[in-house]
Amino acid sequence: MSKKSNQSRLYVPEPPFRPGDKPDYSHIKVPAEMTPPRPDPMCDAHETAAHALGLIRVLRLTGEKEGPWDPNINADTLRAGLRFMMINRAMDERMFNMQRQGKLSFYMKSTGEEAISVAMAMALNDNDMIFPTYRQVGILIARGCPMQDMMCQLLSNKGDALQGKSLPILFSFKDYGFFSVSGNLGTQLIQGVGWGMACAYKGTDDIASVITGEGATAEGDFHYALNFASTYRAPCIINVVNNQWAISSFQGIAAGEGETFAARGTGYGLATLRVDGNDFLAVYAAMQWAAERARRGGGATVIEHFTYRKEGHSTSDDPTKYRPKNDGEVWPFGDPIERLKAHLVKIKEWDDERDEALQKEIADYIRSSYKAAEKLGSMATESGIAPETMFEQVYETIPSHLEAQRAEFMIENARKVGEE
Amino acid sequence: MPIEIKMPALSPTMEEGTLAKWVVKEGDAVSSGDVLAEIETDKATMEVESIDEGVVGKIVVAEGTENVKVGAVILQLLEDGEDASSLSATLEPASQPAKKPEPGPVHETAKPPVATKSNLPPETVLPTNVNMVELTVRDALRDAMAEEMRRDPTVFVMGEEVAEYQGAYKVTRGLLEEFGSKRVVDTPITEHGFAGIGVGAAFGGLKPIVEFMTFNFAMQAIDHIINSAAKTLYMSGGQMRCPIVFRGPNGAASRVGAQHSQDYSSWYAHVPGLKVVAPYDSADAKGLLKAAIRDPNPVVFLEHELLYGETFEVPDMDDFLIPIGKAKIRREGADVTIVAHSRMVGRSLEAAEILAAEGIDAEIIDLRTLRPLDTETVLQSVKKTNRIVCAEEGWGQHGVGAEISAVVIQEAFDYLDAPPARVHQLDVPLPYAANLEAMSLPGVDDVVRAAKQVCYKD
Repeated sequence: MSKKSNQSRLYVPEPPFRPGDKPDYSHIKVPAEMTPPRPDPMCDAHETAAHALGLIRVLRLTGEKEGPWDPNINADTLRAGLRFMMINRAMDERMFNMQRQGKLSFYMKSTGEEAISVAMAMALNDNDMIFPTYRQVGILIARGCPMQDMMCQLLSNKGDALQGKSLPILFSFKDYGFFSVSGNLGTQLIQGVGWGMACAYKGTDDIASVITGEGATAEGDFHYALNFASTYRAPCIINVVNNQWAISSFQGIAAGEGETFAARGTGYGLATLRVDGNDFLAVYAAMQWAAERARRGGGATVIEHFTYRKEGHSTSDDPTKYRPKNDGEVWPFGDPIERLKAHLVKIKEWDDERDEALQKEIADYIRSSYKAAEKLGSMATESGIAPETMFEQVYETIPSHLEAQRAEFMIENARKVGEE
Repeated sequence: MPIEIKMPALSPTMEEGTLAKWVVKEGDAVSSGDVLAEIETDKATMEVESIDEGVVGKIVVAEGTENVKVGAVILQLLEDGEDASSLSATLEPASQPAKKPEPGPVHETAKPPVATKSNLPPETVLPTNVNMVELTVRDALRDAMAEEMRRDPTVFVMGEEVAEYQGAYKVTRGLLEEFGSKRVVDTPITEHGFAGIGVGAAFGGLKPIVEFMTFNFAMQAIDHIINSAAKTLYMSGGQMRCPIVFRGPNGAASRVGAQHSQDYSSWYAHVPGLKVVAPYDSADAKGLLKAAIRDPNPVVFLEHELLYGETFEVPDMDDFLIPIGKAKIRREGADVTIVAHSRMVGRSLEAAEILAAEGIDAEIIDLRTLRPLDTETVLQSVKKTNRIVCAEEGWGQHGVGAEISAVVIQEAFDYLDAPPARVHQLDVPLPYAANLEAMSLPGVDDVVRAAKQVCYKD
């Protein structure tokens, strides 16, 4: 081995705090100024290079709104957003507990990230296809998907439209513009860009909105997606939900600590926005801006939603093993639900009485939906799904070899049942 | 029925834990989210929350109990209007197996799984007055794409060098001129990228033809082909469709080395949800590619570089389609069945001539489609000849011949007069040097030798 002539050493990034540390995020500045400015959505992509390094905010932590990105949406819409986020959180609580009770094998909460999915769905048109990850059930809630239908997919019972063919949380609801969540991270980024290109090919006004966590931006698919979106000026929005954690790997593992995730888009010549993901109004405004740009032929925008995953990665994860227990509480950007609530109170469109009534209404909705769903089966009982259906939808029509296999299976199954 | 609260699992691997402490007592009113108890395992402590509102009816497992199994009922919660009499005196153990399923709705007419002739797509019957024209496989493929693009505006072709350059092997010659750059799309050099774009466009209602410069490069794209194209219809319960064709040359060309010469037939033929086609002559190339483009499922269409320039007759007619899933008997014979696909069909036909001179009458079956596999045509032939040779260009282990041999042994064992024989590439990465390359690949001689072996004539 030759003698080292420089000072380089192998560097492995570490998160700022581990269990036992007292987390202090004072180094992450909550920008006091409600800048950067809001350029015309058809601006040159380079005009948004600075936006990839800043942070778009509308709501102050105290509830006031200000700045050029205020989307000026009315109180009814704001209350609807609040309601959807609260439903999302209540659903998560219920399903997490039901997983602990053995009614489903697996669940993933969206806690702390509700504003991103809900504001995205509300800012887009219903015909725009969203290619989500497993942490955006808020999209389905905001687009009116019945709670019981979602719960039946989670329980894989006879009310499940997928007939038990996919696992909990990999929802699939084409009618609500919610593409089947892929279990392989990243693949849907490039497919979503392809969907957007198909919209342009067909001459429709629709766009695609694709989502990844910051962890999966390390997948090649993310880079292909940005490259193709740039080459063909695809009408789509590429969202990176930076919730700081990919299971136990902090965001510095995914991409190093030198640059923001939004800035990834700059090198590909795409418009780039970085937004406070806990700020309902800011997410709404950023989505509106990017959707207008895509629809008017300006191409894709990369949006980094800066947020924090308040709970474990999934029901299989215990985050206290790798980060301080109160990490989420001291996170300097607050809670998206509390922040929107504070704003509505500030503008006198919300109060304790209404809040209590809504809490109760949601609790009833979640409870009654769950009860109705569980009546149709769960992991603890019988799915109630007819076994012969597993041969369906492998192909559009069942080929003869599979029909033969099904016939053989049914005879064998009937024999087994007869013996018991 | 009271609501049963069970011993929760902190992780999928947790099997039991200690009920450390009850926070509530019998008779307490609780609402959803209230903490009921604390649970300990060797790894962590957690709180059990109420999943509903009600009154604590009965605490089943006492505080301090160790080794409580996950799923065991620890508490019963009374709902509105229920009283203690509804509490079950003897609780069923939570580990009791789930109720057995009711007998499924088996039709009384369900027959044993013997595929009948009617299950297969019908063979194409040509009109009597149709002219035959000579066409290379390359142009037959081009014509198939052009005709389908004229017929259906949602069909488009994309890939590296497909537009201005007219395809690395000139298969897309003339398409850019006729259909323009929005339907004949040059892509960046990333198979994974443009396969993903194609899959997304197919989900979005178009019918993409994705050309790989060779299937060797499609290794990079195989996640989109298998995990997305082949499985999304299933995993979405039939909501999301993926009508797409992945096409390009497969297998060995001439002196392009191990990384550019692999045969992927058995790789794709292994996967439910895909259809896999591997034609030999121009007519099949055209008729099957048109059928593949119209098929609502994802189709992997395996061509052969060394066949592109070969000329065969093609019927001169509109809408010449060949059904996917039907093998073709290329030569009738009585003594031995030789099953092949793609370029090995030609080698098998040559072998048949040599065998005929030696008094062996070989029947040549061109599989044409590898998934779904037309085993019926193969079995019928074997029942006639009582001997089979499976010839393919790829490696033998887990190959197409292995599958065919297994089917024949299982379904026609009593008809066999000899064990099935397989002809395939040697079990080495394809060497570069011309002599080594030729010796590594199966040739006419290998087919002849195998046929004589099963006829006990060697």
